[in-house]
Amino acid sequence: MSNRGFPAVAVLNPPLPARHADGISGVTSSVPGLFSGFFEWFGSLGIFSWQVLRAAVTPPYEWRELIRQLDEVGSKSLPLVAMAGAAIGVIISLEARYSLTRFGAKSMFPATLVYSVIQIMGPVITGLVVSGRVGAGMGAELASMKVTEQIDAIEASAINPYRLLAATRILACILMLPLLTLATDACALLTGWFAQTLVEPLSFHQFIASGFSGATFNAFLPQTFKTAVYGLIIGLIACFQGMRTRGGAAGVGRAATNSVVLASLFLILADVVLVKFILVFFP
Amino acid sequence: MATTYEIATKQAAPKQDAPVPVIAVENLYKSFAGHKVLNGVTLRVHQGETLAVLGRSGTGKSVLLRLIIGLEKPDSGSICIHGQNILGLALDRMGEIRKKMGFLFQQSALYDSLTVRENVAFPFEHHRRDMSRSERSDRVRQLLSEVGMEGDLEKMPSDISGGMQKRVGLARALALEPEILLLDEPTAGLDPISSGEIDELILKLQRERRMASIVVTHDLHSAKTIAGHLALLNEGDVVIEGTFEDLQQSDIGFVKEFLQQS
Repeated sequence: MSNRGFPAVAVLNPPLPARHADGISGVTSSVPGLFSGFFEWFGSLGIFSWQVLRAAVTPPYEWRELIRQLDEVGSKSLPLVAMAGAAIGVIISLEARYSLTRFGAKSMFPATLVYSVIQIMGPVITGLVVSGRVGAGMGAELASMKVTEQIDAIEASAINPYRLLAATRILACILMLPLLTLATDACALLTGWFAQTLVEPLSFHQFIASGFSGATFNAFLPQTFKTAVYGLIIGLIACFQGMRTRGGAAGVGRAATNSVVLASLFLILADVVLVKFILVFFP
Repeated sequence: MATTYEIATKQAAPKQDAPVPVIAVENLYKSFAGHKVLNGVTLRVHQGETLAVLGRSGTGKSVLLRLIIGLEKPDSGSICIHGQNILGLALDRMGEIRKKMGFLFQQSALYDSLTVRENVAFPFEHHRRDMSRSERSDRVRQLLSEVGMEGDLEKMPSDISGGMQKRVGLARALALEPEILLLDEPTAGLDPISSGEIDELILKLQRERRMASIVVTHDLHSAKTIAGHLALLNEGDVVIEGTFEDLQQSDIGFVKEFLQQS
């Protein structure tokens, strides 16, 4: 019998037992089981990614669902990332002022704040906050749809679930993460400046001029747009974990938890590679 | 037996002059984690016929339907729809076959974030993009009227009863005017009155649309009401097929026990 048929079935309905179905943490305690579970998970993720990519580039395109997801990922995450950014701005401001004063480099404060926020903290904090909110939400939503046969109903209606559910969500994450990062950066700089001004008055114009003096686009743009990769990781992991869930309410819980944990972990690991990549190609 | 529908054993040869069945399942095997669920099932359903598949829980009745619509992949065997083997088809080609099928899930599987109206409109939005908004709206109303749910258009699935969810699920399954209707436990979990209403509704739809249907159920009363023929599954294979009277007259121990317990 041909094995070409139903390419979706293998990933969406993995064969029982679902020993390794819900993430790397689901593997058995034995070493061979750990290894096979590890490679099985990555293999399934690879097949899933290929199915999503193929569905995403072939018509019909699900514009309405994409817009809905842009709103879900973007607008609804905005207050959260703005608050996180505001808090980070104050923290960096307090820490940087103390350290710089000790080393007699107080004049470097605006540049330190700008570089710390835009190059390091802004992207990572945005990624982790969105990973928590969106990753858990997507993982749980899709897992719930899976265990209540709603994804099967979509497939039975001759609609490609990879196109409708996965591609739209992943694309929304890729597009929205850089924009949310800009919002985080803006809030962090604003509150950082405000915290500094309360102690030692400094005009906002002077703060910005000093902070960005000598800066090039290469110093900031790659750091901001690398978050599109974070978006890819968050969307892909959450959709993958959600759409292959088994096991009722417990499975939904596991999918949500694994989505957040794995997306956050891979996001930080990816940052190591991305930072090196940016340093090499955008010196 | 004067019937256009057949369920045959593995050894039986097909009739030379028989019309091409709408659904033809041959020697279907399926196992999960080493446990055999289907063990060489063979059945055929022609246009306008309704086959009820009966059996104890866990005998693979629902798996059979999921295999026919391509939600699961068999270990071996063949499934032909209008003479075309669907097992080697790519996802998009399979989609074309699925448009000819309506599927009512056991738990209805309504999209819980959409209203009743949006649930029924869902297939139109993806497959009939040429339809105008008013045409779509009229069609949705007509379908919901057919299943007696025209007054609950804007309700959410969580706000309606199990029987009403089955009706909405049935309206959604009928949206693309399928030639094949697959019903997975259409009366499971319903009270006798709601079950009777669903049975009558299915009978009415069969009379009007003349689809080829497979109804999976463990409700013998419902099966003999809505289906002309019944097939009894045990340990993954068809034990007996025929009319309700054929089952009553059978000497097979399992058949007798099943009828007594039902």
